[in-house]
Amino acid sequence: MTTAFTFLGLLAITFFIGRVVPIDPVLAVVGDRAPQAVYERVREEMGLDRPLFVQFFSYVGDVLSGNFGMSVTTQRPVLDDLMQVFPATLEMATLGIIIGVALGVPMGVIAASRQGSLTDQAIRVVGLLGYSMPAFWLGLVGLLVFYARLQWVAGPGRIDIFYDGLIPTATGLMLVDSLVAGDLDVFWNAVSHIVLPASILGFFSLAYIARMTRSFMLNQLGQEYVTTARVKGVSERAVIWRHAFRPIRVPLITVVGLSYAGLLEGSVMIETVFSWPGIGNYLTAALFNADMNAVLGATLVIGAVFIVINKVSDALYRVLDPRAQ
Amino acid sequence: MSEPLLEVENLRVRFPTANGPVEVVRGVSFALGRERLGIVGESGSGKSLTGRSILRLVRAPGKVTADRLRFEGKDLLAISEYEMRQIRGARISMVMQDPKFSLNPVMTMGEQIGETLAVHGRLPRRQIRRRVLDMLEAVQIREPERVYGLYPHEVSGGMGQRVMIAMMLIPEPAILIADEPTSALDVSVQGEVLRLINDLITRNGMGLIFISHDLNLVSQFCDRILVMYRGEIVEECAAGALEKARHPYKRGLLASVPRIDETRAELPVLDRGAWAGA
Repeated sequence: MTTAFTFLGLLAITFFIGRVVPIDPVLAVVGDRAPQAVYERVREEMGLDRPLFVQFFSYVGDVLSGNFGMSVTTQRPVLDDLMQVFPATLEMATLGIIIGVALGVPMGVIAASRQGSLTDQAIRVVGLLGYSMPAFWLGLVGLLVFYARLQWVAGPGRIDIFYDGLIPTATGLMLVDSLVAGDLDVFWNAVSHIVLPASILGFFSLAYIARMTRSFMLNQLGQEYVTTARVKGVSERAVIWRHAFRPIRVPLITVVGLSYAGLLEGSVMIETVFSWPGIGNYLTAALFNADMNAVLGATLVIGAVFIVINKVSDALYRVLDPRAQ
Repeated sequence: MSEPLLEVENLRVRFPTANGPVEVVRGVSFALGRERLGIVGESGSGKSLTGRSILRLVRAPGKVTADRLRFEGKDLLAISEYEMRQIRGARISMVMQDPKFSLNPVMTMGEQIGETLAVHGRLPRRQIRRRVLDMLEAVQIREPERVYGLYPHEVSGGMGQRVMIAMMLIPEPAILIADEPTSALDVSVQGEVLRLINDLITRNGMGLIFISHDLNLVSQFCDRILVMYRGEIVEECAAGALEKARHPYKRGLLASVPRIDETRAELPVLDRGAWAGA
């Protein structure tokens, strides 16, 4: 129920912001040399002459029935576009966050348990690099080294042109679809395309996740119950993982959830450098072309992603922390 | 007193600071048999650190040295970390001050008590559960089955401290260090918890180091008392002989204890100048 209200609020805000911004969607369709009569006619066709509230309610109705309108840029329904670009981002972001969590959390824990040591310093430097390196630069250098020079990975795009369209689209996720179709050549080609951009995204989220994990852990390791565990003769490894790590899973979920949502928003830089047909690219192109239906649609999808991730986090809190029940 | 369980000689704990090392425990020596030894002192007197050095739990950068720190024939400062872990919990245990902070917030009581056994023994899981339930009964918890599955935030301070005691006594250690075990509890619960500690250590013939700032409590509860001030033991006496104390600090402390039949117009406070040279 609250989710429904949240979503309605999201719809309202995106809609009204979309109408308030000084972008004229009619102009985007007819061009700036169209005669006034044509302009007026298109304006009526698009329903923009009606009162704002009427427009909003009909928009809500449309969205609920799965109609996001047509995109001016691609001349296709926005929904079809989104079904194509969102999986591309989802695939890359998911792989990125998996890399970020799988490396970032242990790094943070190790750094905290050896506070001040050389390991801690090294992890801090890695984190700092992740924080401060510009994404497009890292992407370009990555391409230069691993694609152009070493040829360990494939270049930009989701798949080689040779393999494009070979497999039927089921989920839109290249890695999943190729496995479903049982075509391992396509699968490994897709892997070699996604591994570099996903690693770079992973590196960025790793920097943040490791840093937060470290500070959460340090906080816990200073608690009295950790001393209790040591008094009982619990080994240092169990003190860290069984005792101190368990309570930080809840704040960690928040951190990971927000990072993931951030990645799902689509990293425009990375998507541009890697010619990745994801939602970040799509949204940016739509904005530049005053393609309001596409902008609203993409914004809605991103908003919905945040809502879903928050809901999942909430559910996980209750599972992981007895105090939250 | 029989053969001492624990011998401490010239124990020192040092912390480096910007102005050079500061010695917080300065040459403490005592021996502990199967008795109740009280260590009293004001905050910062080094009494808690003395307790923690015995378990080698003084965190870096603190440094512990001693001419002698012997327990069951082992030099506690010389043995490896692994050997030390065999002693912690199993042979020397410690009840901490406040169950609100000293119990893991996301582990059930049963899990936390059982862990002490699991770490040290090779008991099968089901027997551990049985032993934990017995132990909960031994610390006078009425519904052990229910408490077994509770989390720390779901129980009162008194019950939390009973669980703490159960957790520390379940492997039947030889020495229990109780670091202000009742200071965080309501006065009405304090007595019960003390009686419980007393019963259990007497029954098992253990040695107890009772660390507290409460002079009255210690003199009623312990056989022997050490008074610490600024990292040193300034007085040692039998609990009954407290009135015969000679050290000016202790005399000052005793003088400031209010009495029920008070006739003094003003309660004396400690005059630190009086024993500055002592």
